[in-house]
Amino acid sequence: MSDVLLSGWGRTAPTRAHVVEVSDAAHVAAALLHAPARGLIARGLGRSYGDPAQNAGGDVLDITGLTGITFDAANGVATVAAGVSLDALMRECTPQGWWVPVTPGTRQVTVGGAIAADVHGKNHHVDGTFTAHVARMALSLPDGTLVNVYPGDALFNATAGGMGLTGVVVEADIQLLPITTALARVDTDRFDDLDSLMAAMASGDDQYRYSVAWVDAGTRGTLGRGILIRGDHANAADIPERKRTLAFDPGTLATVPALVPNGLLNKASITALNEAWFRKAPRQRRDELQSLTAFFHPLDMARDWNRMYGPRGFLQYQFVVPDSAGHVVQRTLEALRMIGATSFLTVLKRFGAEGPGLLSFPRPGWTLALDIPTGVPGLAAVLDSLDELVIEGGGRLYLAKDSRMTPRTLELTYPRLAQFRALRAEIDPNRRLNSDLARRLDL
Amino acid sequence: MIDALSRPQSVAVFGATSQIAGSLLQRLRSPALRHIVLAARPSPARDSLADSLRTDTTAVTVLDFDASDPDSHSGVIDAAFAQGDIDVTVIAFGVLGNQADFDADPASAVEAAQVNYVGGVSVGMRVATRLREQGHGALIVLSSVAGERARASNYVYGSTKAGLDVFATGLGDALHGSGVHVMVVRPGFVRTKMTEGLPEAPLSVGPDDVADAIVNGLRHNRETVYVPSTMRFVMSGLRHVPRSLFRRLPI
Repeated sequence: MSDVLLSGWGRTAPTRAHVVEVSDAAHVAAALLHAPARGLIARGLGRSYGDPAQNAGGDVLDITGLTGITFDAANGVATVAAGVSLDALMRECTPQGWWVPVTPGTRQVTVGGAIAADVHGKNHHVDGTFTAHVARMALSLPDGTLVNVYPGDALFNATAGGMGLTGVVVEADIQLLPITTALARVDTDRFDDLDSLMAAMASGDDQYRYSVAWVDAGTRGTLGRGILIRGDHANAADIPERKRTLAFDPGTLATVPALVPNGLLNKASITALNEAWFRKAPRQRRDELQSLTAFFHPLDMARDWNRMYGPRGFLQYQFVVPDSAGHVVQRTLEALRMIGATSFLTVLKRFGAEGPGLLSFPRPGWTLALDIPTGVPGLAAVLDSLDELVIEGGGRLYLAKDSRMTPRTLELTYPRLAQFRALRAEIDPNRRLNSDLARRLDL
Repeated sequence: MIDALSRPQSVAVFGATSQIAGSLLQRLRSPALRHIVLAARPSPARDSLADSLRTDTTAVTVLDFDASDPDSHSGVIDAAFAQGDIDVTVIAFGVLGNQADFDADPASAVEAAQVNYVGGVSVGMRVATRLREQGHGALIVLSSVAGERARASNYVYGSTKAGLDVFATGLGDALHGSGVHVMVVRPGFVRTKMTEGLPEAPLSVGPDDVADAIVNGLRHNRETVYVPSTMRFVMSGLRHVPRSLFRRLPI
């Protein structure tokens, strides 16, 4: 228990909170009952980019002490404590032939965090969000009572994507996906421009469980050229016996040192990285066998990679727009290139159907995510103008990534916000749960 | 909350009608800014400033504030924080005075000390308590290079700023790790209505330059900001000039 400065993965806007460590549901309830006037918020592994897991002047509940996995290999249902990381869950279940059905770009998120942000992966267009695979959550409500909530419950829908503001998730039952190998069968295609990339995604994504595109957002080369990576789990029956494996033992190649100066990742270096990344990809490759780590979590090879951006930090701008506003993808890349706001981790993906989560981010259409150093001059104004395009187009921004949107943008883009606010007012009239994100956006 | 691009949602300015405060507020305007508190003595200038800043998404609260009356400060600060957290607080009030007048009327020198130093301590301490509680926020204190080394030509003013500067610098260290960022701003000669008619010193700047430096300082989490930035090196040199020589310098 101590007072510390906390920030998100983007390392911007730190605030001080009192960190409370918990190791079981009783601790969580006690912490909620003793929450100070400025409230409490749960924090997992701190992978949200902005401010959802910090609470200035209040308490922050470190849930990584909530551990324990009970796995039934007969039906693939894992009962998992909220502080367990997807990494730990994968290490436990993959060798037994089961895969976590939705994984974001990193395994280093907790189950509680995955529910609170209702995370998505490369298979959203087929399998939906993380909470679509949650069969039960044990939720510690703001008044300290522990309840089980199930899909279809109002509280379930408010908690899925609810950024931790409806209660503290203590445990969840997750239905895993059966696999016969720990390998992915991957098709890679390189496209020289954005139009052909988007056309290929629109027409071909249905044939793959997993699909995502990396887009060149440097300042050289044709705008929006990219690499489309699609695949599915490799079937044991389809590959030679010597290659069959369920082993899952990802390592870390490197850790980024703590003191990296500002400006190491700048316009020139990011453009060069983009150029190299684009050129190293094959024009077309089919049926390549990759480890699940390499396919799903290439960034996890470098620990603390967010330090690369220096102490001033960076932000991620991620929006979704319906197909009818697909032009916003190109406009965004153009506008950011104009001010020299280059991004190395630029990801384009098509989403499938919308889930029931009141504040859940995904909806059908295009989602684009860019990592941008915050020091770029003129960035604030350009992102504000892009927000307007997203609003006009009927899209929205992702709360787990946001660190700068306004309450107005939120209100105009999350149609079920009023419902969420009403439920929050009902179950938490004294605001025992609160966060910097909630304060910034009037959640 | 201050966002990832260092834009505040709420700003409170004590001594809001100063020209530096006006320039700063213009620069802090953004779609993110939701609430501005203008604390100053009642005046048409204060009201027209409020009107010019008010928008559909930015509310403006006007508070009567008299820097020379510390007994009234706690009520004003309660009112400033009544609607929630304040992300950026600015102590912008101060009187320059004139050494000849101070010499003729010692009471006016006491008054200047009361406003610049006592008022600054009074507001600074109370705001610091609030910011410590909220666990985040920035406090910007307008000091002056005049406080770094006393000059015969304006030592009363210099001494008030020296006191304020030491207070704010110490406060910044006391609040280190609390989530609160204290920034001490030391401009050189600023061309404003306060300095109208005075001979311009070398390296003089306008209120916009000071405001730009403050915004830049917020972005970089600076603790001490000189305006212009070259003033840092000038003062660093002047600090070490022997007194016998210093008092003969034409500054």
